[in-house]
Amino acid sequence: MFEDLTQKLETVFKKLRGQGKITEANISESLREVRRVLLDADVNYKVVKQFIDDVQKRSVGQEVLTSLTPGQLIVKIIFDELVKLMGSTQAEIKYSPLPPTVIMVAGLQGSGKTTFCAKLAYYLKSKGKFPILVAADVHRPAAIDQLEMLGKQIQVPVIAERGKSAIEIAHGSIEKVRKAVRDVVIIDTAGRLHIDEEMMREVETIKEKVTPNEILFVVDSMTGQDAVNTAKAFHDKLDFDGVVLTKLDGDTRGGAAISIRSVVNKPIKFVGIGEKLDALEVFHPDRMATRILGMGDIVTFVEKAQTQYDEQKVQKLEEKLRKSQFTFEDFLDQLHEIKKMGSVQQLLSMIPGMNRLPVNSAVDDKALTRVEAIIQSMTKEERVKPQIINGTRRRRIAIGSGTSIQEVNKMLKQFGEMQKMMKTFSKGKMPRMFQGMKLAN
Amino acid sequence: MGFFDKFKLSRLKEGLTKTRENIFGKIQKILAGKTKIDDELLNNLEEILISGDVGVSTTMKIIEHIRLRVKKDGYENPADLDNLLREEIEKLLVNDLISENDPFYLPTEHKPHVIMIVGVNGVGKTTTIGKLAYNYKNAGRKVLIAAADTFRAAANEQLEIWTKRAGVDIIQQESGADPAAVSYDALKSAMVHGVDVLIIDTAGRLHTKINLMEELKKIKRVLQKLIPDAPHDILLVLDASTGQNAIQQAKQFTAAVGITGLVLTKLDGTAKGGVVLAINQELSIPVKYIGVGEKIDDLQPFDRKAFVEALFEREQ
Repeated sequence: MFEDLTQKLETVFKKLRGQGKITEANISESLREVRRVLLDADVNYKVVKQFIDDVQKRSVGQEVLTSLTPGQLIVKIIFDELVKLMGSTQAEIKYSPLPPTVIMVAGLQGSGKTTFCAKLAYYLKSKGKFPILVAADVHRPAAIDQLEMLGKQIQVPVIAERGKSAIEIAHGSIEKVRKAVRDVVIIDTAGRLHIDEEMMREVETIKEKVTPNEILFVVDSMTGQDAVNTAKAFHDKLDFDGVVLTKLDGDTRGGAAISIRSVVNKPIKFVGIGEKLDALEVFHPDRMATRILGMGDIVTFVEKAQTQYDEQKVQKLEEKLRKSQFTFEDFLDQLHEIKKMGSVQQLLSMIPGMNRLPVNSAVDDKALTRVEAIIQSMTKEERVKPQIINGTRRRRIAIGSGTSIQEVNKMLKQFGEMQKMMKTFSKGKMPRMFQGMKLAN
Repeated sequence: MGFFDKFKLSRLKEGLTKTRENIFGKIQKILAGKTKIDDELLNNLEEILISGDVGVSTTMKIIEHIRLRVKKDGYENPADLDNLLREEIEKLLVNDLISENDPFYLPTEHKPHVIMIVGVNGVGKTTTIGKLAYNYKNAGRKVLIAAADTFRAAANEQLEIWTKRAGVDIIQQESGADPAAVSYDALKSAMVHGVDVLIIDTAGRLHTKINLMEELKKIKRVLQKLIPDAPHDILLVLDASTGQNAIQQAKQFTAAVGITGLVLTKLDGTAKGGVVLAINQELSIPVKYIGVGEKIDDLQPFDRKAFVEALFEREQ
């Protein structure tokens, strides 16, 4: 659903990546591009402005961890801001301690309220609830018929009374539900424009009469800049509890998600992803942010690197590299660090661009295990001074590690090349080590 | 039936006039005291255009045009700049002389004139059809409507209510029927009964659903078996509150069946529908009608001037 935006952001970060340091100049250029990407994605003009300001504030003066590139760090910051904007936790329906739980659904015309009501009923039914639908849209022609038909499809009862006002229907339904032994009431209201005062008064009155436990605002995910106006107007009148984003199965970039969430500060709870009545999902802000950012899972990569890589070790390693004292002992340490982060295959797939490489890439986990075994079969002295490893020692190592002499030879040769390569880097850092390893294999 | 609340109607129209009055105010506000094009003015302009869903690239284009025009022609006072601004934006809108002069014109060479209505879900296709039928009927035409949205629950019932309001005939089959078959039968009937205009309602579909777009193509193919150049008009209905995705919609529907005109609905809200500027730029499809309410006479011919002015009006 967010492929387009994803692609655009990737080009932005491609520019950022590979640059030595975050400078104010290259940040501002990139942020300008992020701004454009977000505007193209229909995020509201003012929200984008705020977003860029936040990112700028957080980025300037922030030190780049030795194990990360500036580009990776920017990705992380932007991701954090996006998650912050869309709300950091996933929210579910609030149930009333005293059934029935009353859920009221409101929104503009054509946003998909009636379909959502049916989907929600179906979803709750599958969770063991006993929902009932109330058709309180007396304005749109055949809206009541539509809800009745949908109710039949999912075998959920529908309260449909013609010739009454929406307020009467909604109010009367609560009594009926008590008798019908249903624990969740879903009230479908008519679509209305936020500036239509009379219609807004109707929905306010319904709210007063039925005191819903949960009011959900349904919005079309293709909505543009106006999303903030409508969301704000509905929120002022109804103080709704959550947002439902519909029609996310199209190719819209869905910037409205970011706009609305930031303007009314209410969580997005569900997303509609198709015409079938089971095409409803719970909203995950982090997943959505990852999706918007689309940096493979670079963010996870950065997080893992940040938490699990011991800074002191990095410093020691850097020192050794500078003095070209990198030994098998250090190499083994490195291998363990890498293993802590997860499988190499997995790590590589998190790096943007890498997932496009064929799967049988040079580095795989089994190869690393063998390398590890070979090193572990060496004596301490051999690890520090590999030049003493002669033919007999090689045979012993091969037998000890369950590999062959050829493999031990290959490994020694690669290590030699790696050492050479490292000498050429004045500041050898982790990412470069990955590169070195790839080349050597 | 209670659908036509007189009070509400007049209130709505009042609302529209009220906003119309502010139109000029807005441009003048950003131009006030300006003797040259400066960054502040351009930033203001950028904000207004982007907030109206015009989109970044089209906004940049407009700003660039204005910069060049001013460089070339210069201008004396804010009023000149005001005119220049409107002109440049209006230029981006496709001029559709026929619709502008007679919005419900029907060419005499085909009878029936076949109009197919397409669009994504929830944009207001069925409502638009009711309004269109009403207008043609009022112009003394014999109108027939084909209910080819056989998918959505109660779509038939909804359309039927609209046809009753408009006082026109409808051809429909049971829900789940083949929409191409419904359309074919309707056209056949229209030809037999001397109908002037046949309007075909289709189910809302996201432009990314390949099989549903194929279904549209099939409807068109089947109609062409009876009249080779039918449908004579294929109108894409766009919701004014839709953002940049409308461009994709226009592109995909054009690729599938060819769009001859746009209908921009729900313009009675606060959304501006500025994305049609981009669509006009890329695909040269004119906007023919705008929807400004839920009443049967709330369909208006597209007015380029009024549209540009509305872009600059703001809720305070």
